[in-house]
This record gives sequence, structure tokens and C-alpha cells, in this order.
Amino acid sequence: MMDILNILISESFWAASLRIATPLIFGVLGALICERAGVLNLGIEGIFVVGAMCGWMAVWLGAGLWGGVLVAALAGAFFGLLHAILTVPLGLSQHVSGLGITLFATSVSYYTYRTALPNVSSPPRIEPFQPLDLPVLSELPFLGSVLFQQTALTWLALLMVAVVWYVMNRTALGVAIKAVGDNPDSVDAQGLSVYGLRIGAIVAGSALMALGGAFLTMSAFDAFFFGMVNGRGWVCIALVIFASWRPGKALLGALLFGAFDALQVRLQTEIGALVPGQVFLMAPYILSIIALVVAARSADYPRALLTPWFKGQR
Amino acid sequence: MIRIEPRQTQSRAFTLGVPVLSAVIALAFAAIPLLAAGANPLQAYAEMFRGVFGSVFAFSEVLTRATPLIFTGLAAALAFRAKLWNIGAEGQLYLGAMAAVAIGSGVLDVSGILLLPLIVLLGAAAGAAGMVAPTYLKTRFGADEVVTTLLLNFIILIFVQMMLEGPLQDPMSLGWPQSAPVLDQGMLPPLMDRMRVHSGLVVALILAGLAQFMLARSVWGFRLRAVGENAAAARHAGINVNRSLFGVAILSGGLAGLAGVSEVAGLKGYLTSDLSPGFGYTGIVVAMLAGLSPAGVVIAALFIASVFVGADSMSRAMGVSSFLADLVVSVSLLCVLVGGFVARYRIVRASTTRAAS
Amino acid sequence: MTTVLKLNGLSKHFGPVIANDDVSLTLNKGEVLALLGENGAGKTTLMNMLFGHYLPDSGSIEVADEAGVLQPLPLGHPQVALAAGVGMVHQHFTLAENISALDNITLGAEPLFALRRNRRAARRKVEEIIAQSGLTAPLDTPVGRLSVGERQRVEILKALYRQARILVLDEPTAVLTPQEADTLFENIRLMTAEGLSVIFISHKLREVLAFSDRIAVLRHGRKVGEMATSEADEKSIARMMVGADTPELAGAAMAPGAPVLALTGVSVTGRSKRDTLSGVDLTVHAHEILGIAGVSGNGQSGLANVISGLTRPEQGLIRVNGVEIGAPSPSAMVQAGVGRIPEDRHHEGIVGAMSVAENMIIERLDDADVQSRGLLRREAIQDNAERLARAYDVRGPGVEAPARLLSGGNIQKLILARVFDRSPTLILANQPTRGLDMGAAAEVGRRLLEARERGAGVVLISEDLDEILGLADRIVVIRDGALHEAPSRDREQIGLMMAGEPA
Repeated sequence: MMDILNILISESFWAASLRIATPLIFGVLGALICERAGVLNLGIEGIFVVGAMCGWMAVWLGAGLWGGVLVAALAGAFFGLLHAILTVPLGLSQHVSGLGITLFATSVSYYTYRTALPNVSSPPRIEPFQPLDLPVLSELPFLGSVLFQQTALTWLALLMVAVVWYVMNRTALGVAIKAVGDNPDSVDAQGLSVYGLRIGAIVAGSALMALGGAFLTMSAFDAFFFGMVNGRGWVCIALVIFASWRPGKALLGALLFGAFDALQVRLQTEIGALVPGQVFLMAPYILSIIALVVAARSADYPRALLTPWFKGQR
Repeated sequence: MIRIEPRQTQSRAFTLGVPVLSAVIALAFAAIPLLAAGANPLQAYAEMFRGVFGSVFAFSEVLTRATPLIFTGLAAALAFRAKLWNIGAEGQLYLGAMAAVAIGSGVLDVSGILLLPLIVLLGAAAGAAGMVAPTYLKTRFGADEVVTTLLLNFIILIFVQMMLEGPLQDPMSLGWPQSAPVLDQGMLPPLMDRMRVHSGLVVALILAGLAQFMLARSVWGFRLRAVGENAAAARHAGINVNRSLFGVAILSGGLAGLAGVSEVAGLKGYLTSDLSPGFGYTGIVVAMLAGLSPAGVVIAALFIASVFVGADSMSRAMGVSSFLADLVVSVSLLCVLVGGFVARYRIVRASTTRAAS
Repeated sequence: MTTVLKLNGLSKHFGPVIANDDVSLTLNKGEVLALLGENGAGKTTLMNMLFGHYLPDSGSIEVADEAGVLQPLPLGHPQVALAAGVGMVHQHFTLAENISALDNITLGAEPLFALRRNRRAARRKVEEIIAQSGLTAPLDTPVGRLSVGERQRVEILKALYRQARILVLDEPTAVLTPQEADTLFENIRLMTAEGLSVIFISHKLREVLAFSDRIAVLRHGRKVGEMATSEADEKSIARMMVGADTPELAGAAMAPGAPVLALTGVSVTGRSKRDTLSGVDLTVHAHEILGIAGVSGNGQSGLANVISGLTRPEQGLIRVNGVEIGAPSPSAMVQAGVGRIPEDRHHEGIVGAMSVAENMIIERLDDADVQSRGLLRREAIQDNAERLARAYDVRGPGVEAPARLLSGGNIQKLILARVFDRSPTLILANQPTRGLDMGAAAEVGRRLLEARERGAGVVLISEDLDEILGLADRIVVIRDGALHEAPSRDREQIGLMMAGEPA
């Protein structure tokens, strides 16, 4: 018991939690925007892969770290646009299209990586983002050192939580996105474009998702591996329901998840001898399912989620 | 102004034409990544063709590869017919495979003739269990089965690794994470000499035929179709929707489990954690290409298997990454989706839109 | 008097169907014009052309600009119509329920990509409009929590906020109590005094006569008459609408028989008011049509769900033909002899992708003439369908075709065939004529009377008081999930009961 307490009050534990949570924050925010507009984006897993690969490769080719971030976001936006075209004006099954995007984005990334680097034994490395040293904030007693150990991408993720919150709750655009996910006719009758809002939301959301992937290769690690996303995208889809489509709760959900993941890594070193290591590896996925089950009953799904809308048909 | 409206009639040409055309477009699309890799597409296509039809062995490899895809394709097709989104065939496949090696490697002292049926039965049961759980969470708590089955895939795969380093590990494997082999009397007999194609294919074909027949002609199939097409109306008409969902969950999971049994007891002989290169996910593409028809699944599985086998052989000959096959498969899925749209809707000028009331 | 709107010879056809044929109409400033006609007479199509949703085949539209000068309206552009001052309140509200009324009103009227919103100015403007028009609604509550009447006021506020000078109301009173409807018309009067011009679409003669200045009648897509309301009377407009005198439907009085349905103390806690019941007692006898009157969303769904077996009540007993139904379910109810005509025939009545023949047997899959040993008897199913299609005049592309290809009226006939062919002892008819043309509606009424004659008991749930008055032997009002027996057939009294005021 004492051990767990010690872990829970250690700064490195919370720093690790925030680090693990970062890609999920991007992913959950992205999924949240798409679903608020009424479209489920199961392309998320593949968009993570694309973001991870493109961001890394851009840096590797000399675009610089922020150049890499931009490339990753654009790549994510591109696959988001594809999903948007299939599901919004064409109104095709959001489930199948999303899975198709995941398969397509993943295979494009893998093929590109393999074609660019046919014969490497160990994956080439880049110089990743380094922890930021911020003048005043870093000197705060506990929080300072937790935040002090984070890279610019984590800061960007936290900033995006605020941005998404502001847009959704304080701007006309946010109101319109919420409305189009609840009743597209309401938006159409007021002369706004249902297609435009939905496509825009999916593209923006997908760009955010890709940043989650980019964090993996440009901050958490310094190289691209096959299978490195490993279900993180699907976890986000579960978390967004847990977060009831609210940016603040999305941050909370991602942090809880990160904390749990960080805890299991530390517990593994403490009691690893007693339990096979895989039990700890499974834990995050099981946690996601539990979160989903707990939240599902009372979940206030956007009413128009999964329902295609065609102009001129009521 | 342009509007989209449903077609009043659907021609048979679309039902058949869409998947075929999608496959052709996806194959043609492959020229772009081939060119990007600096390969001559025509030569690559020729290599792929040779890899599939070049010899009896080559084609037997396609059949071998198609076998698990028929199982997982049927698993997806039946579930999707009922609008039960089973994306967990990959995990259910491993559950089936685990059951097969657990029983088949001599843990249980079962006489020879009984062992194989027992493996098949329990393998299917294990897969079914893997789908019943998410279906329960869906019907009881409203937890989206897409997410739960997807996450279960990861959980099960880690569980397999745990078992392969623990109770299921072959003592003779020198610490390598692999299971003990299935006993000879537990193996699905091969179909041809010196080829890898095995009688799992026959089981798959029989099940596809059976599923096709039952879907169209049985009361069970009627209920399943009604639940999938309009659950509210089915419920109103007195059909027990949850029972239908659990029924199809058992079948779908069982079929996916059989894919694992067939790979372990028909092909590999033992279980490793890389038994399936994503057969579960590819099964979804197979089902979609098949238009969710069980008979179509057989043809679609043969096509997808050809792509994989052909791309492998092309890859060996020309040094182009065999991820090309995954690209072709995913593009064919997207094409068939769009094709489904073209078949169901037509684009009209606004002036001919039908009356709203 | 100045003209603010002119429709000149508008025609529109959909395939072979002529929806509007050379319709001309004028609207004057400050005037209430009632557009009257049966379902399918072309009222909605005409207004959709005005609003730019449909492009006319021929004809033109002129709308007065702010200076009052008539300008041609470019056709087929809702945006342009909106900007020209034409506002439309649809039958189905176009409101987002997860945002506030104020947000719904201002949606689309403010720049999307501005970083800040001027909510205070918007609120002031809306409050001004409310003060002028009397259309009160809570502005900050999510619309999902507003009552139907409030939602409708928000809809109208939306149009007024966009400076509508012409307001089109499509069947505005369908969801209101008679008293709420009166308030609405009072508000409209206030607004027309300020210079607004209103077209309201209706098929209710009473309110048209009471509240309009002028009446235009459409039949089969053509304008068949136009007159000042002061010169019109009920009989003459009705004749114009249907072409002949309205048929009197009510059957001869019959002595009620044994109880076929008895609900005792049935309570259901639903997700919303529409499917909540509190301690309902109800008895329906053989040879009796019981009409359930009420404003939409007062527990009708809850009652229908209990009788059709979809909801298991938390408390109370259900007896059908004297036998208690221990575990209610749709199939248990069908077994007990209940025939159910669902409210939403497209979503609950049929499986559109399955064939007409399959939909005709979907409630009796266990019967020996439908299946043997788990396999469908396809020939028997086909024969059954052909027989029923003939007997109930179900028209369409054949019994093997998907049911969704049938028209609304024919889908309802399919359901009638399925229900009445089993000679049920109790029939639940939930909004059975909604959206049907008069011919098909009459057919439904005839079948219900026929079943009553035969000895069935009928529960008729309808929001159309005229329908209930025309068919029901006994009338019960549903309000807030409770039932109240109507002491008389007096329309006014029933209306007050529906509204929850002491009669």
C-alpha cells in the first residue's frame, strides 16, 4: 500500500502520466469534434499511424520538428477529408468507411516507410522534441517539475483542450457544430451548409488525431515502428464516450488513463515477479472497456451520430 | 442544383458489377505505389499473376490462404447482416486457436477419432464466447460493440502471449513462445499431396453453403435479416431481437474461432502469437466485397487471397514491399463502399426530385 | 392594400405525378391567408417552391422588397428566399435540441468564424421581438427541455429574427391543444398588425374559418377556389376540398360486449413524458371503439407500447380477453389476440428491405402454414401475400418487391391486411390515418368499424379530434400519462381537458 502511495505522490509518476496521456488528448479531442458534428471516425487508428509516419519522415528528410508536425497534421487532414467525402455527401456507412480509412492509412504508411527504407536493420532515429524549460512555470513546486519534464507537443495538447473548449462553447462555429450533430435540418433551415460543417469538423478532427500519432515518433520515441500505435486510436473512441463529448472531461479521461498506465508500469517493477507482465499490458484496454460500459448507459450521444443527411430530403 | 436520391429499383448488374469493378480498380490503383517504388507495373502484375496461377502449387497456396478468410469473412458477413458490428474476429480467431492447441496437444486423453471433432467444437465455442461477451455488454449496458470488440482483439492477443510464455508453452521449444504441437490425430487432413491446402477448406465451403441457404430459406435467417434491416419493426412484430443478436454472435464468433482452429490444426500445427496476419480484419473486407452474401464470401476470399499470394511472390521477385497487398485490399474496400453508393442512389437534378408530401 | 407576394402560374410535377398545376396566388400586407387542402393536395409542394426547396417546372414568384416594390425571386435557392424575407415554419421543427433557444434563433445569422459572439445584442433583439409578438419562450434552456408549444414559438422567432416579412406556417396547430392554438393565432394577429403577412397551411376547417382573412383551396394540385373568409362557410369549403360532401363515417351504435382489454393501475416510467404512464385504468369492450384524445406527447406512446407489448409496466395488470398477461411482450400480445397498427408505419410497421410477402407474415413466423421445421414455406407465403394483397387492395410492384417501394397508403394497407387477417379481438390503432390521403384514411376507418361490428374492441389513439369524434363510441382524454373519461362529446370540453384546465 505504501508503495502505491509513494508512487502517487512522486513527481516522475505524474510527469509520466501526462506524457502517456498526450497522444490520447489529441485523439480524444479529434474524435470529439468529429462526433459532435455527427460523424464517427473509426479512421482514427490509421490516422494515428499516418501522423506518426509522416511526421517522423518529414523530420528525417530535414523538414524540422515543427515542419514534421505540420506535415503530420496535413496528412491526417487528407485522410479525414477522404472519410468525410465518403460519409457526408455520399452518406456511406461510417463504421465501414472508418475501418477502410484505418486499413488504407495504415497500409499507405507501412508501404511508404518500407519503400523509402527497404533495407534497414534498425529504424533510423531523429532528434525528437526536448522537454521545455519555461521561465516561471517550471519553478512551481510540484506542478512545475511535472510540467517541466514535458515537450512542446504536450503543451500543444493542453493548449488544444482550451482551444477546442473555447470554440465549442463560446463561438458561433461551435454552436453550429453541435447543432449539426444533433439535428442537421436545424442548420440547413438557417442557411448554413450541413456538408461544409461536417466535412470541416472531420478534417480538423483528423488533423488533431494525426498529431497524437506524431507525438509518438517525435516526442515519446525517436523512430517509427510497425504496430507502434497499438490500439491507442480505439482507446480514444472509448474515452470520448467516457468524456461525454466535453473537452474538459476528455482531458480528465486521458489523464486518468495515462495515470493508470503509468501506475501499472511502476507496479510491474514492484510486484512484477508475482504476476505475468502481460496482465499489466492488458490493463489499459480492459480499463477502456470498463470506462465504456460505465459511461454507455447514461451517455448522451449526439442525436444525429451515424445518421447520414442528404440535402433536400426530410 | 444536384441532389441525391435512392434508386427505385436495384439492378442485378450492380450487385455483381460493383465488387468486380472495385477489385479491378483496386488492382489498377496498385500501379501508383508500384511506380512510386520504381517498379514496372506491368511486370509486377505479370509476377503477381504467375504467383497465383503459375503452378498447381501456387494456386493451392491461394486456396490455403483463402481458407481462414472464408471463415472470418462469413463471421463478418453474418454479424453485419444483423447490424452487429463484430470487428473482433481477429481476437476470436486466436481464442479458437488457443482452444485447439490446449485440447489438441495431448492435455486431454481423448481417443483418436474424437479428438478432431472436439477440437473443432471447442475452438468454435471459444470464438463464440469471445463475441458473446461484447454482445452482452451491448444489450445490457449499451456499450458499443465496435469499440469493445476492437479492444478485445488487443487484450486477447496479449493473453495469447501470456499463455505462450506460460501454461501453453511447448516445453521442447527452448524458451521460444510457442505452443506444443497438435497431435496428429487432431489435425485436419491435407487435401493434396505435398501441398499445404487442407480439409479446413472443405469445412469452410460447406459452412458458406449452409449459411447461404439458412439466411434465405430459414425462419432463423428471416429473423436475422429483419433484425438487421429494421430492429424496431422486428421487435414490434414479436421477434426477440436480443435472442437473434446472441444467436448471430455465437455463430459469428464461432466461425472466427474456426478460422483459428483451421490455421492451427490444418496448417501450422502449433500456435504462435503471429499466427494471423490480420485475417480477422481482412475478413471484414471480404464480407464487404461479398455484399454480405455467404456465397459471395467464398469468391471474395479467393480474390483477396490471390492478392496476398500474388503480392508475396511479386515482392520476392522484384523487391517491392508486400504491404502492397494490404494497400490493394484496403482500396478495394473503399471502392466497394463507393460502388454500393452508386448502386443504391442516383444523382439527379433538383427539378426531378420526388415529392416530400 | 399592397401586395407582398405573387405566385404566378406555378407548376411542378414529380415523374408522372402532377403536384402543382398552374397555381397563382397573391398575398397582401398584414393579411392571414389560409391555404387549405387535403393531404397530397399540393400545399407543401407549393410552399417548398416558394421557399426554394423545389424548382418549379414553370411559373414565377415575386416578393416585395423592403420598399414594398415587387421583385422577381430567383427560384430554387432557400438562401435567397430567406434573404428576401420569406420565413417558413415546417411541420417537423428544425431545432437542435442540445443548444439553447437563443442559439437556435441566432444560428446562421452571425459570422461563423468570429472569435467572439455578440450575445447581448442578439438577446436584446430577440427580447424586442418577443415583446412585440407575444411569443414567449425561455431563451437559455436547451430546446430539448422545452414543450412543443414553446418549440413552435422558437421556430417562429427564428423566422422573425431573420426579418421575415412573409411567414409560412405548415400545419402549425397539429401538435397544439385547441387553447394553445388560440394563443398562437392571437400572437399572429399581433404580428400582422405590425405588418407581417402570413400563409398558414391547414386542413382544419374550424380554425381556418376562425382565424384567416382569406382562404385558398387546393385540390389535386390545382387551385379550386379562393374567397374572403367572411363569405365562406364550413360546408362549402369542405366540398371544395374533397370535391363532394364529406362522408359521415360513424357506424350505428352497438351494445358493448365483454371486456377485451383491462388495464389496472398500469404505471410506466418512460424516458420522457411521451412514454410515461401513471396509474392507468382502462377497460375496452367488444363492439366498442375507444378513442384516446390528447395533445401529442402526453403518454400516448407509453400507452401504445404497453398494449403492443413493447413495454413491460412497472406496476399494474394487463388482461386481454379476461386472461392476465404475465410477461408482456409483442409476441405474447399477438398470441393473445391483439392486432397492432403502429404509429410510425415506416419504422415500426414494416421492414422496408424485405418483401411485401415477408412483411405480411412477420408477426406469425411460428405458424405451420408459414414454416415447417424451421424452413420457410415459400409458396404458401407467396399465396398468402397474393390473397391479402387482393383482399386489402395493396398496390405496388408485386408481393416479391421490397416493401419500401410501396406508397404510404399501401404500406398502411399491408399492415391492415396483416392485422385484420388474424381476426384480432383487440385492435390498437395508433394514429392510423396520419399522413394518409382521404381515400386511404376512409378505408382505415371502414376497417375499424367492420372489426367493431365483428366483435372486436378497438383502442384508437389519435391527435385528430375530428377523427375520434367521427369513429369512437367512447372518448378518454390522455394528459400527463393519466386517463380522464370525457363526460360528453363536446369538442370544447374535450379541448379543455386536453389542455389540463378544469372543464
